[in-house]
Amino acid sequence: MSGPPQTGGLEARGAIRALTLPPKLRDWFAAKGWSLHPHQRAMLERADDPATLLIAPTGGGKTMAGFLPTLAELGEDPPDGLHTLYVSPLKALAADIKRNLRTPVEEIGLPIRIDDRTGDTPASRKKRQRADPPHILLTTPESLALLTSYEDADRTFSGLKRVVVDEIHALAESKRGDQLMLALARLQRLCPGLRRVGLSATVEDPQAMARLLARHPDPCDIVLADPGPDPDIAMLETEALPPWAGGGAAHAIPAVMAQIRKHRTTLIFHNTRAQAEIFFHKLWLANDDGLPIGIHHGSLDRAQRERVEAAMVRGELRAIVCTGSLDLGIDWGDVDLVIQVGAPKNVKRLVQRIGRANHRYNAPSKALLVPANRFEVVECVAALEAVRDHALDGEPRGDGPLDVLCQQILIAACAGPFEAGALFDELRSAGPYSGLSRADFDDCLQFCATGGYALRAYDKWQRLQQRPDGRWQLRDPRSAQRIRMNIGTIQDSDRLKVRMRGRGGKPLGEVEEGFAATLTAGDTFLIGGKIVRYEGLREMTVEVSRDAGRKPKIATFSGTKFATSTQLSARILDLFAQGDWPQLPRHTAEWLALQRAVSRLPRAGRLLVESFPHDGREHACVYGFAGRNAQQTLGLLLTKRMEALGLAPLGFVASDYATLIWGLEPLEDPAPLFDPEALRDGLEGWLAGNAVMKRTFRASATIAGLIERNIPAAQRKTGRQATFSSDILYDTLQKYDPGHLMLRITRTEAERGLVDFGRIEEMLERIGGRIDHMRLERITPLAAPLLLEVGKVPVAGQAEERLMAEEAARLMQASGLAALQQAEVEGSPPARG
Amino acid sequence: MNGHEFTLAGVSLVALGTGALWWPDRSLLCVSDLHLGKSERIARRGGGPLPPYDTRDTLNRLAADLARSQARIVVCLGDSFDDLDAAHALPEEERLWLAKLQAGRRWVWIEGNHDPGPIDLAGTQLTELPVAPLTFRHIARPGASGEVSGHYHPKATIRSRGRAVTRPAFLLDRDRVILPAYGTYTGGLRSDDTALVTLMRPEALALMTGPEVHAVPMPR
Repeated sequence: MSGPPQTGGLEARGAIRALTLPPKLRDWFAAKGWSLHPHQRAMLERADDPATLLIAPTGGGKTMAGFLPTLAELGEDPPDGLHTLYVSPLKALAADIKRNLRTPVEEIGLPIRIDDRTGDTPASRKKRQRADPPHILLTTPESLALLTSYEDADRTFSGLKRVVVDEIHALAESKRGDQLMLALARLQRLCPGLRRVGLSATVEDPQAMARLLARHPDPCDIVLADPGPDPDIAMLETEALPPWAGGGAAHAIPAVMAQIRKHRTTLIFHNTRAQAEIFFHKLWLANDDGLPIGIHHGSLDRAQRERVEAAMVRGELRAIVCTGSLDLGIDWGDVDLVIQVGAPKNVKRLVQRIGRANHRYNAPSKALLVPANRFEVVECVAALEAVRDHALDGEPRGDGPLDVLCQQILIAACAGPFEAGALFDELRSAGPYSGLSRADFDDCLQFCATGGYALRAYDKWQRLQQRPDGRWQLRDPRSAQRIRMNIGTIQDSDRLKVRMRGRGGKPLGEVEEGFAATLTAGDTFLIGGKIVRYEGLREMTVEVSRDAGRKPKIATFSGTKFATSTQLSARILDLFAQGDWPQLPRHTAEWLALQRAVSRLPRAGRLLVESFPHDGREHACVYGFAGRNAQQTLGLLLTKRMEALGLAPLGFVASDYATLIWGLEPLEDPAPLFDPEALRDGLEGWLAGNAVMKRTFRASATIAGLIERNIPAAQRKTGRQATFSSDILYDTLQKYDPGHLMLRITRTEAERGLVDFGRIEEMLERIGGRIDHMRLERITPLAAPLLLEVGKVPVAGQAEERLMAEEAARLMQASGLAALQQAEVEGSPPARG
Repeated sequence: MNGHEFTLAGVSLVALGTGALWWPDRSLLCVSDLHLGKSERIARRGGGPLPPYDTRDTLNRLAADLARSQARIVVCLGDSFDDLDAAHALPEEERLWLAKLQAGRRWVWIEGNHDPGPIDLAGTQLTELPVAPLTFRHIARPGASGEVSGHYHPKATIRSRGRAVTRPAFLLDRDRVILPAYGTYTGGLRSDDTALVTLMRPEALALMTGPEVHAVPMPR
């Protein structure tokens, strides 16, 4: 809704057409004492433009600005049929908007029908919506994609005039945005006069966002709302010094507790779910006043999340420990402080999070940063300066990914026969795919039709077939159901549900399958702020029981590991270049000064490599400042090269700014290690067998429709032996069809994702061969914290076999079965315990 | 042959790292659940067009085991084909390859639940094969002894220092051995599944396949 009264009347006079709000609506606004913000008026004036992007801060009445033209056009006597489609990234947001929009409509008594449609909507209501759509339909990208896949989509959408994409900045960061733009391209073909509106938080490159939204090559005007006052943001002072390494920020618990007491409602953001869990647990132990504090993250059970959300809206919670799951613009009530624990890694995300506090227009948001360790102090200071300079960061998004395109071709086939050329033109009208080549399109079409293998197969069983008239259609119309069941780009197939043991046990949330596989009965871990004990795996559910202990042995579920952005890394290097550091706390400034005295500080445009003996081993520390994922990849590539050069590396560990490698031989000359060609070659070989690639392959193959996440109940087999791991498909393709489209897609994805070779390339370019090698006698102040980092990677190809042999021998001895065995097998050496 | 030696009903057998069972005294190689033609069947039923190289890969591995062992008898323990249509639709090239592997050997197809019925390929088709003192059949029968079977696709997981390794595995006790699935596109059933826990004796072993075979107490 629009905010407190401002100057300026309600008579919005459009430049092109006098679009006015219905008198009843105008009166209602006036009665509430509300008036239109300038950007809301601007949106009314641009109601006829084919595409408009509105960029406004949180609390700026952004959503209302998107809907005003709809309310004006529908007037007091709207004709039947769908007029406006609203798409948001969250089901909860769609439901929230429905409530907010219905209030004025119902209070005024306007005959406008508003309904939402998400994965949670009952089937009966969904059916009704298709036959008799409301005036305004609120939905998500996935539900919209599904709607466009029905044969009667043209009827459902006939008469559609406007589409409003909310929180488009959040969608644009993932494949959900690519899918949405493809769906809009389809809608535009069904409804040629369709006008698009995007609503976005502050972003670094509005033009790029506008290109994404508009039908290519249509123009897209950008309306910039007043960004409001600068946030009130600082680093949290703590009595205890931050530790040298780690991400828990346990030292800050008392200071955070004090802040919670001083404020009405505090949001405490963490970068990973695991850190949120641990912090919440420790906060509870320190919560002597018993303040109501909740936890909220994406792995918690929906019912539990909804309880926390409801309590928050009612203003019953004093603090919520959360992750990115609370990033988006639902109105959470009266938040007056945002605390970010751990370095923000990315300035744009930080600014968007800060906006969660003081959800009122023209009031500054208040935020505190809590660095979790000494290096993060530097990073937080750099981030504060970036916020002050309004310097947002962001990596440009590459071309639209082809796995999403494959899914779109299948969706089109579900809706009915299509002509390849017409579909190609339609797909290219979507912003992310405006540069799509015909060759790539043809590869995707072949893949959808036959799998596109070098070996001709499935001639009889093609998924798509060409009809005599040249159009493509599903060979078996029944496969439409299977395709529809697998629409979407969100990957959650590798999660297992966690629930309390016993009949009707309470669902608690989810953990990653890989984590569940490492648990044995009796292990304890944290979920939803509770310590639970692992009891066993039952079908696809992890069963746990309550545990009275206060110290969980294990606490991991690897949430997203954000890498520090390029801009923030550059700012840190600039900060290092200062003569002294008045803006840093003394402990951190002294630490950097010591590093400068005994070695040197990393510099922009050069690469610092330190080598030194420590603890009986040789070490090499490479300060690449390329972000965690790239530094990790660099570690794998460098140790491979070092192995070949006879330096006998034993292992490495990576952080956002450096990779530390240890081994048996000293590194004398690092230059040959950084030959770009050799590194690229190493990447080729290493990528093929890599677990990261397999994970990436699984995600892409699922989106592209090669692997089905969901299969119809009638075809589901009992027993799990019917399904097999996607790793097998990856290995088979590598072996027999290495040039296949799916492998190409996988490589592109991995290079910009977890492998992040792009940033290694960027680093190599930045340093241009200028390597400063420091040979030292002992470990340096900057390198030392790396030894305390978790996630050390051993370098040993035979490691798995060796571990297995060791463990097998131990288990056989322990169980007494070894003795039994030996008695039966002749010729084996005797083994007696 | 490289593998794990054990005795069943007094017979000396070797569990190979490839998932095949070798009986040296009879020069008999036994493999289970080849599921040839699986990708074809999935496509036929409207699923995704999976890489059509599974049959080729399975036969590649079988050919290697045959070359190493020089087996005179081959027993395929059932579910050799993903279904009977897949058996009939086997491409000519793969059919010829199979015939070449069969040449000069006694070849027995045990029927499985996926391929119960006649197939137009050389070799003898049986519901079960007794070779005293052992019996080869597709699905284990509770109470039997000296029994070699498949069907369940057993796999086992062991954990060491926070790392879990899961592999297809033979399950072995003094009455029976259950073979892992040999086919390329096959998944596994965890050894702690009720079906396997009730079937196998408490002191059963899991023989984990891979470059080396590791015997561990069957995880249950």
